[in-house]
Amino acid sequence: MWETIRDVATAICLVAGSLMSFAAALGMLRFPDLLSRMHAATKPQVLGLLLLLTAVALQTASWGTVPILVFAWLLQLVTAPVSAHMVSRAGYRTRHLKRETLERDELDAVVTAHSDRVD
Amino acid sequence: MRQATERERRVRHVKAVLRRRRRRFAVELPLIVGMTLLWGSMWIDFSAGNLIFGFLISLGIVSAFRLPPVHISGRFNLWQALRFVLWFLGDVLVASLQVFRLALFRGPRVRSAIIGVPLRSHDDLMVTLVAHTLTLIPGSVVVEVDRRSSTLYMHVLNVATDDDAESFRASARNTEARLIRVMGTRAQLDELKKEDA
Amino acid sequence: MLVVAAWISGILLGLATVLVIVRMMRGPSILERAIAMDVLLAIIIAALCVDMAVNHHTNHLAFVVVACVLGFIGSVTISRYVTDRRNS
Repeated sequence: MWETIRDVATAICLVAGSLMSFAAALGMLRFPDLLSRMHAATKPQVLGLLLLLTAVALQTASWGTVPILVFAWLLQLVTAPVSAHMVSRAGYRTRHLKRETLERDELDAVVTAHSDRVD
Repeated sequence: MRQATERERRVRHVKAVLRRRRRRFAVELPLIVGMTLLWGSMWIDFSAGNLIFGFLISLGIVSAFRLPPVHISGRFNLWQALRFVLWFLGDVLVASLQVFRLALFRGPRVRSAIIGVPLRSHDDLMVTLVAHTLTLIPGSVVVEVDRRSSTLYMHVLNVATDDDAESFRASARNTEARLIRVMGTRAQLDELKKEDA
Repeated sequence: MLVVAAWISGILLGLATVLVIVRMMRGPSILERAIAMDVLLAIIIAALCVDMAVNHHTNHLAFVVVACVLGFIGSVTISRYVTDRRNS
């Protein structure tokens, strides 16, 4: 009984986690510009990794591995926004934008006003 | 007479150095404890010997690689932190589903905007935490940070009208308010209460 | 039960890999290729996690942790070197 519940929960976590990876890849392919693709690359991964690590924790069923699983997730949580920020910043600076997909751009005025200062 | 003032000055100097060291140690202690726990969890071994070895290694790392000073408010509300974590996990779930939905049904036709949000707080730690949280919750990726006016410029997905932009700005300010309630300074908290009233 | 879940996950991850590689080939700029690499690494991590859960072992845990850091360092490094050449 207990085993069945555990296996069902693991199966759900595995499929949902893989679905999140699929969502990230789909967004990468279908979104129109670099900055929108950053959303797809960052967000589903965090939830996907959480679900998959939960599945691993359920199947190994020992408290010893839980801290390292939590640490792996926290590491992803801390690093994903930083790399997303760095890449989108470089993308904005080098004008890898599609102006027609942007409804408004409040940064543009600031950058042109301080183009000598902003670095 | 001259010698006495010399000695006094030296004693004062040593005292100041010790005080600075003690303060730095108080800031670095959580870091060292965290690194020790990490060492234990990497080996999947929490025995005393392993932990002591990990503690020595993290002590060495912390004293070899100095970090820039961080201003910690010293306040930490556990109950608010718990609420924040639950809210955050829920929002991460919503964010992933939103990206999935937009990728499936909207795809190349999705419209977005770059929106500037001025923050209340000016310390680096708080601005960093807010930017991190905003990147992970629905809708936004931080593109640029203006440290001088502590304004975050964010790329927001799926914005079509001015109302969308305004409601996003409000939700970003709300995220900052949640973080201030967890670990902001007293002054920031008072300001927040004044704003609510 | 778990085997079925592993098959479904495997198919989803395989499809995701194909989509990411298409983006990597098309990607107009190097930044797109960099984040496509990042997502590919995340898919590899996901596959390792599926393997660990289905076969009840923890052999790949260290690699999962290392791969998280590796993707981070890779994309940050590339974005540091992508600069606006017109001003300089």
